[in-house]
Amino acid sequence: MRGEFPRNPSGCAISGIISTKGRCMTGDIIIKSIALMHDRSNGLGGGFAAYGIYPEFKSHYAFHVLYHNHQSREDTECYLEENFIIDRAEPIPTRPVARITDPPVLWRYFLQVQPGRPEQCGCASDERDFVVSVVMNINNGIPGAFIISSGKNMGAFKGVGFPEDIGWVYRLDEYEAYLWTGHGRFPTNTPGWWGGAHPFCLLDWSVVHNGEISSYGINKRYLEMFGYKCELQTDTEVVAYLFDLLYRRQKVPFETTCRVLAAPFWKDIDRMAEEEKATYTALRQVYGSALINGPFSFIVAHSRAMIGLNDRIKLRPMTCGVKDDLVFMASEESAIREICPEPDRVWAARAGEPIIAELEEGL
Amino acid sequence: MQIDARGVHYRDLNQMIKEAAAAGEKEFILDNVNGQRYIGTGISLPVNIVINGVPGNDLAAFMDGPTVAVHANAQDGVANTMNAGTVVVHGSAGDVLGYGMRGGKLYVRGDVGYRVGIHMKEYKRQIPVIIAGGTAGDFLGEYMAGGILILLGLEREQGEPLAGDYLGTGMHGGVIYLRGSVEPHKLGKEVAILELDDGDENILAKFLKEYCDCFGLDYQVVREEPFVKLLPVSSRPYGRLYVY
Repeated sequence: MRGEFPRNPSGCAISGIISTKGRCMTGDIIIKSIALMHDRSNGLGGGFAAYGIYPEFKSHYAFHVLYHNHQSREDTECYLEENFIIDRAEPIPTRPVARITDPPVLWRYFLQVQPGRPEQCGCASDERDFVVSVVMNINNGIPGAFIISSGKNMGAFKGVGFPEDIGWVYRLDEYEAYLWTGHGRFPTNTPGWWGGAHPFCLLDWSVVHNGEISSYGINKRYLEMFGYKCELQTDTEVVAYLFDLLYRRQKVPFETTCRVLAAPFWKDIDRMAEEEKATYTALRQVYGSALINGPFSFIVAHSRAMIGLNDRIKLRPMTCGVKDDLVFMASEESAIREICPEPDRVWAARAGEPIIAELEEGL
Repeated sequence: MQIDARGVHYRDLNQMIKEAAAAGEKEFILDNVNGQRYIGTGISLPVNIVINGVPGNDLAAFMDGPTVAVHANAQDGVANTMNAGTVVVHGSAGDVLGYGMRGGKLYVRGDVGYRVGIHMKEYKRQIPVIIAGGTAGDFLGEYMAGGILILLGLEREQGEPLAGDYLGTGMHGGVIYLRGSVEPHKLGKEVAILELDDGDENILAKFLKEYCDCFGLDYQVVREEPFVKLLPVSSRPYGRLYVY
């Protein structure tokens, strides 16, 4: 094969931008940033998450769905009708791009939960638990159907190709969002397929990730105990589910959730003051199976926040920047400067130290 | 030769530089650089390259002679396996600087990231030098086998650590000079902190004067704080690893 493919050094690119004042920006900005790191990916995956894009349907669950065939769409729509009021169903608008071949059928739905259904399914306390179970059932039970995002006023756009091409296919220049994340993929351990591109989403959560989660098996089995099914053939999805479990269901704050995922080493806990030592000892004991091991840098987004996190010994890169109300996180500083040439401040994220950028109160 | 690098792919940019250098060009000014990798890589001629903008990863990788000045921050992998020449970064620089570096000098005005000087080596008069003016992340001098690493921690905030954890882990050659001190628990098992001797003073004077000239710093002020050195306590820490 030597000579047929130019050598493609390094792997995966991530980039994210949030306006903490909720100002909206068109998708050009994230495409431009991720495209600058073109050489970090190899054309086997690109994708984006966008928040604030469906203001006219902001209280609906927006499902972005990828279908491999007509039958999978029929089966899914039957199932959705049993559980939701479908206020709109339509193809996700795309434009043809020569380099993107063989796309699946891409469809989106704006849904309200069918009254009474969560109670019938044992999810009376939180409607969102019901939505999670529907997503899990479709992704694992209906062949050829994959829900790629399921939050409110947000959506994921992803596929096989370079990210700048994928962004153009999905016409992201026509969407406005206050928070964008993007990913260029260089798959190492798992196949390059449309559902396997990043971001991975559940409810409002999205994750773009550079690295490998070597604790995947432990994390997967732990999540299964809480009803999460990991069937997307890739490690990254566990991060989305861990945030959903800890932050949404168990009300663990963002910072603490990050300290569970990238827990301090025991040798560092030993050096802490008594109270802090007791806290971290308890966290590691209770959440041992939620510890993420292996090299990673990821950006987790949520309707109110963007969070960057590196592994505990910084085996993957991440640079952050701030300009007025904008916060940037990217694999390379140049990807920030491409869309913000003169940031107020630029710094390298430290190992295991979360960077949390939240929307201002009241927005 | 002045090149507007805005939007130029790294392969094209580096090809331009290499061809012009081979044709006798000595001075390069690269404007609007942003993210282009491998600038200066593999060039074996004594040319000057001025970079305005943030160069991409692996700046000066395998470089063999040029002088590179970066008027911005630099990213990861600067001076990877560099053999000769000088890289001067007027901002901060990222992770894995000087990986396997075997000669030449890397002077960074600001902070440096993780794993700086990993696997640096030396042979006879071929001794690589890295000086960082700010602080360093974890694993400084990891598996270092030779060369000189100097960390200054200038303009540090009160309480801000000079270097990160695992300092000199696996180090078995070369020397690290620290301006200030580090807590013993941050040291790798293979190194010890020692006082300077006359030979060390000469080394520091030689390279720090040059460093201070690069950035307009006052050498005397830099030397006001005491330095310590870090040396490996065994030349072959893993020599017995697979013996039994």
